[in-house]
Amino acid sequence: MANENTAAANAAALQEANATAAKRLLDLKDVSIVFGGLRAVSNLNMHIDEGELVGLIGPNGAGKTTAFNMITGVYEPTEGQVHFDGQLVNGHKSYQVTQMGMARTFQNIRLFSELSVLDNVKIAFNMHVKYNLAEAVVRDKLYFSEEDYVAEKSMELLEIFHLEKHANDIAKNLPYGEQRRLEIARALATQPKLLLLDEPAAGMNPQETKELTNMIKWIRDQFKLSVLLIEHDMSLVMGVCERIYVLEYGFCIAEGKPEEIKHNKRVIEAYLGGEAS
Amino acid sequence: MNKQRKNDLLALGACVLIYAIFEVLIQLEIIGPFWELNMVLICINIILASSLNMINGYTGQFSIGHAGFLAVGAYVGAIFTVKLGLPFPVAIIAGTIAAGFLGFLIGLPTLRLNGDYLAIATLGLGEIIRICILNIDYVGGASGFMGIPRLTSFTNIFWIMIVILFFIKNFKNSAHGRACLAIRENEIAADTMGIDTTKYKVMAFTLGAAFAGTAGVMFSHYFYIAHPASFTFMRSFDILTMVVLGGLGSMTGSITGAIVLTFISAYLAEFPEWRMIVYSLTMIVLMLRRPQGLFGSAELSAQMFKGLTKRIGGVKIGK
Repeated sequence: MANENTAAANAAALQEANATAAKRLLDLKDVSIVFGGLRAVSNLNMHIDEGELVGLIGPNGAGKTTAFNMITGVYEPTEGQVHFDGQLVNGHKSYQVTQMGMARTFQNIRLFSELSVLDNVKIAFNMHVKYNLAEAVVRDKLYFSEEDYVAEKSMELLEIFHLEKHANDIAKNLPYGEQRRLEIARALATQPKLLLLDEPAAGMNPQETKELTNMIKWIRDQFKLSVLLIEHDMSLVMGVCERIYVLEYGFCIAEGKPEEIKHNKRVIEAYLGGEAS
Repeated sequence: MNKQRKNDLLALGACVLIYAIFEVLIQLEIIGPFWELNMVLICINIILASSLNMINGYTGQFSIGHAGFLAVGAYVGAIFTVKLGLPFPVAIIAGTIAAGFLGFLIGLPTLRLNGDYLAIATLGLGEIIRICILNIDYVGGASGFMGIPRLTSFTNIFWIMIVILFFIKNFKNSAHGRACLAIRENEIAADTMGIDTTKYKVMAFTLGAAFAGTAGVMFSHYFYIAHPASFTFMRSFDILTMVVLGGLGSMTGSITGAIVLTFISAYLAEFPEWRMIVYSLTMIVLMLRRPQGLFGSAELSAQMFKGLTKRIGGVKIGK
């Protein structure tokens, strides 16, 4: 009896210590997903604390984007639970997950390509707009004040990403790098607590990648959010992430600081190739 | 903020002017009964085209069952005035609500479909509505609902049209309208931006159907009769043609499309066999020369004229 009590007390103390150290924002417990006979992700355990910058890497087809899709509610995990900010994500649609405070970008850019750059960002503010349909149609005071607020905030975001001079251009006419920046700006407009970036450096040259590295850190500090990053570009991942998870064939094969990952034998074999050391 | 209000007032002033001119012309009998009928028809078609544009143009959901909602409005309105003896405004509201409600009911299941599947489903639903009416003796069945009083005039249809157009314009320029545009552009991205895509699709569909219902009430109360043959899928295609001609997603485009096509029909009324040929030729030329419609998804505005004068003679920017 005495033993059990002390064990329980220890557990409680441990939990408290964890809570004070850093609030756990995202928590994946034994998450798996099965497509027919394929187990795309198996028993993934993962967590992100507030303010952390975490990387998720792995060879092609390892299940990184699938994991992303389970976190953001696009897919529902077959087993296990995803908790975000104390709420269960399982069973919620992806727009609801966004409303909980998660925002993402896409591996293949998905902008509202025929709309203006400004409208792209304005749309992301939608869920924070307070007026209803009737108020929008009769255009009362609330409509004008909200519209002014949204326009102002959107322009601020565009300025941060140096897109303000393109505000009225059609999104699809932007150069590739700027489209990527716009996608991040748009994700930030939903005012997330956690930003998920799916291969943000894809198709970028080394110079652009370097700028992106600095930008990601800066965004984290400026907007006080956590970031989860899927990336192939090692210089970006090693330069920016504080903790890294490595997936291979749906299994998490390693977790740790960039230095540890660099020297982890299994990771080198699986991901960097057998002779990389 | 003030600028928007000013523009609204300016537009309203223009509407009053247009109304005054036509009303004077009608009163002086410069515009005879035939063209007055076509003026009313233009107003009805503008309502139909711009409401279908909300569904097809803004939200990108391809619906071709608009004649069905037109029919619901026409019959419900007629029941209210003829069978229940209620005043015309009540009938207008009832027809609008009935069509809107039906749109809501139909929208919930069908809007889960996309592209061609949705088009086929809405086409079928339009026909179902028509066949149902055809078999209800209470509203006259195959011989049509007769003895409807002419309560629609150029004055009331014109102002109802203006109210609806302002509604649609303000809807488009709000967060709700932007949500619809986002769904058209990229549904997955819209979802990720926290937009409840089903809600907005159903919203656009319901509003579009409701306005078609309004047009239906006005329609049956101008032509003394509501007949199932007026609401076949050819009517749906007529409306769709107006929207596509003007440019999907452009309200001013829908208005222009409705005016142009109603005029073509009116001029060719004496040669009904030529009508379809001219219609088809118009569409073929349009699809070859300007597949995005007259205005594309842009709105006709003072700025567009400025841009046009700049472009004339210079390099044309486009697809």
